[in-house]
Amino acid sequence: MRHGKYPFIIGFLVVPVALYCTFVVAAYLQSFQLSLTSWSGFGAIKYIGFENFQKLWNDDLFWKSLRHNLFLLILLPLVTVALALVIAFLLNVGGSSRGGQTRGVRGSKAYRIIFFFPQLLALAIVAVIFQRVFGPDKSGMINGLFPESWSPWLFLADERWAMTCILIVLIWQAVGFYVVLFSAGMGSIPAEIYEAAALDGATRIKLFFRITIPLLWGTIQVAWVYLGIAAFDAFALVNIMTVDRGGPNGASSVLSLMIYRNTFEFSQVGYASAIGVVLFFLTLTFAALTLRVTRRESVEA
Amino acid sequence: MTEIFKAEVDRRTLLRRAAAVGLMATPAVGMLSACVGGSDDNSTKQSTGTKSADNPLGIDPKAGVEIIIFNGGLGTAYATDVDTPLFNKKWPDAKITYSTTEQISTVVQPRINAGTPPDMINNSGSNLMDFGAIVKAGQAADLTDLFAAPSWDVSGKTVADTLVPGAVEQGTYDGKPFAMNYSFTVFGLWYNKKLFDSKSWKIPTTWADFTALCDTIKAAGITPFGFAGANASYYMVRALLTSAAKIGTEQALKDIDNLKPGAWTADPIKKAAAAWGEIGNKYINKTFLGLKHTEVQLQQDQDKLAFYPCGSWLENEQSKDTPPTFEYAVAAYPSVTASDQLPATAINAAAGEIYFAAAKGKNPQGGKEYIRGMLSKEAALGFTKLTKSLTVVAGAADGQTISPGLTSANDLLGKAGKDVFMGYLFDTWYKKLDDESRAAANDLMFKGGDADKFCQRMEAASQAVAKDSSVTKFTRS
Repeated sequence: MRHGKYPFIIGFLVVPVALYCTFVVAAYLQSFQLSLTSWSGFGAIKYIGFENFQKLWNDDLFWKSLRHNLFLLILLPLVTVALALVIAFLLNVGGSSRGGQTRGVRGSKAYRIIFFFPQLLALAIVAVIFQRVFGPDKSGMINGLFPESWSPWLFLADERWAMTCILIVLIWQAVGFYVVLFSAGMGSIPAEIYEAAALDGATRIKLFFRITIPLLWGTIQVAWVYLGIAAFDAFALVNIMTVDRGGPNGASSVLSLMIYRNTFEFSQVGYASAIGVVLFFLTLTFAALTLRVTRRESVEA
Repeated sequence: MTEIFKAEVDRRTLLRRAAAVGLMATPAVGMLSACVGGSDDNSTKQSTGTKSADNPLGIDPKAGVEIIIFNGGLGTAYATDVDTPLFNKKWPDAKITYSTTEQISTVVQPRINAGTPPDMINNSGSNLMDFGAIVKAGQAADLTDLFAAPSWDVSGKTVADTLVPGAVEQGTYDGKPFAMNYSFTVFGLWYNKKLFDSKSWKIPTTWADFTALCDTIKAAGITPFGFAGANASYYMVRALLTSAAKIGTEQALKDIDNLKPGAWTADPIKKAAAAWGEIGNKYINKTFLGLKHTEVQLQQDQDKLAFYPCGSWLENEQSKDTPPTFEYAVAAYPSVTASDQLPATAINAAAGEIYFAAAKGKNPQGGKEYIRGMLSKEAALGFTKLTKSLTVVAGAADGQTISPGLTSANDLLGKAGKDVFMGYLFDTWYKKLDDESRAAANDLMFKGGDADKFCQRMEAASQAVAKDSSVTKFTRS
């Protein structure tokens, strides 16, 4: 049976590995190389050692952006996963049980479509829509709902709230996908377990914490990593939605935006690459940490 | 073969794969800068022909010319309907390959790095390339021969002779011209002439008159002054620095461009910042910080905003939204102090919209010849008619009635006489400093009007750029 195994595997792998090497590995290596230069993006390359990293260490905007990325990294997965779990639970097993069978709340199919809908919109469209939602004057959707006498909330134009606005949009956009993901996971939990627990008199809250979460643990882990990665990005929203792109006063700047602006606007490709290298290690650390921390024996059904 | 399929993908494997996806998120950085180095010693074969009186730049009449035009406020019709037919009338065998984009740097920069740039590039828009860096990298063709060549359709004059003063200077980097700045923009305070006439509000020439008028306007329930903080605070930077130049002559701006220590904390800048900061404190609508230029300009068209600092492209940009009750007109910025060194009529007018020939393309001479065609009187008039924007070709639009806003701008130029100054270049030379100035202007105008803080902040940013060896420096005099 070993016959022909390797040609078969190689046949499968050649194209993806070649693509991966060209567009990921080579690009990475180049970023590492460029981070040691003062390349402007045009013309000759001059090596300057670790000067870019020194500059980065002293760059206030970099630390600000890093803080914003960490803010997203902590809150985005936490809130999204929590919301998605609760909604998925309600849609699948939160309803009244009829004939001994658990089911979702009334109209759960329609809700599922509604929750998933934001996922179908391009991020750029979402950003433009939410710009109107967060409009700083009476033409903004939320401000329009307030009584005429209130002075309008500035939302994105307010340094204290700009990042929160971004977080809200990210959550709004992501929640639907994870509701569907968790719903699928819950669907594979045998109904007998719920029934047995229900017969033993477990409340819905108990069902949620004692049965659903442990059995879904693997899926939740995956969701966590994906959301963490999304938190390291957030480029499109920040670029389109925020005041002065990343403002006011850097209040909504994130690392990916800094990379883009340094590359294409400030002609500091070397510096941008240095930020890219930092981002690389951050992502790597995050993925490794998540794998470590969430290692826990899952209950296999 | 069963062995391959036997191993089920367990959740940990899946997770590990998810982590790999995370690694996919960063290489974008490398991708952005693909084709590192590469083209330094490229040896693309470049087309040339024999120079003659009829062919002063020595182009190859049969070689094609590739042009790329930014598709923005000016549209692209001037290139397709005016410039290209004009060029092909003279050179019928030279095929023009035309393309257009809204993202100049994303489209063109990789091509420059790959050594295959278009021959003539319109470097404009919010996504424009850092032209200073292009010049330093030797990627822009020296335009000295173009400006010295005879004009396309004005006999007995060189191209440079037919242009407004300062037009060549503005595209000059360390003594050599590399860019042709085509459109000529008059900057000032834009307002609705019909509204002002109906309320008999008089255009102020002193700061006291200006604030008094602002009080009157505010009492009438209209926001006296405003600009869009979300994406167009550089209009405010220009207003502030124009006032500074009026207080202390253009030298104040030259010092800023030359990154001279203390340039931003100098007296004229401080006074201008203090005067404007007060306007911000008293007369601006704070929600404008979160609005884009289109939204604020629309509010002006609806007579919710009286004065808006902008350039003469405004009228054309707003043409679709301007109601019949609105007629654009422009005023010079009022004098800040009684001892201003420039008169109240002095204005800032500058050439803008960079066009350049790529030095390492296939046909740089062809690219220059295309620019020479654009600088003909015929093409310039066509451009003005289509875009409602003046050009650097002197007097090309004289005697033409085009639009009230443009006529008003032309009048302003006439009244200013010799007191027209080009302004500053640091915003194109040092994009990072430009960025800082936008944030600082927003802070000054929307968050309390602290002039000292503005000056200190800009001074620090300016000196940081001066000390940064990775930033290419330029000087002007």
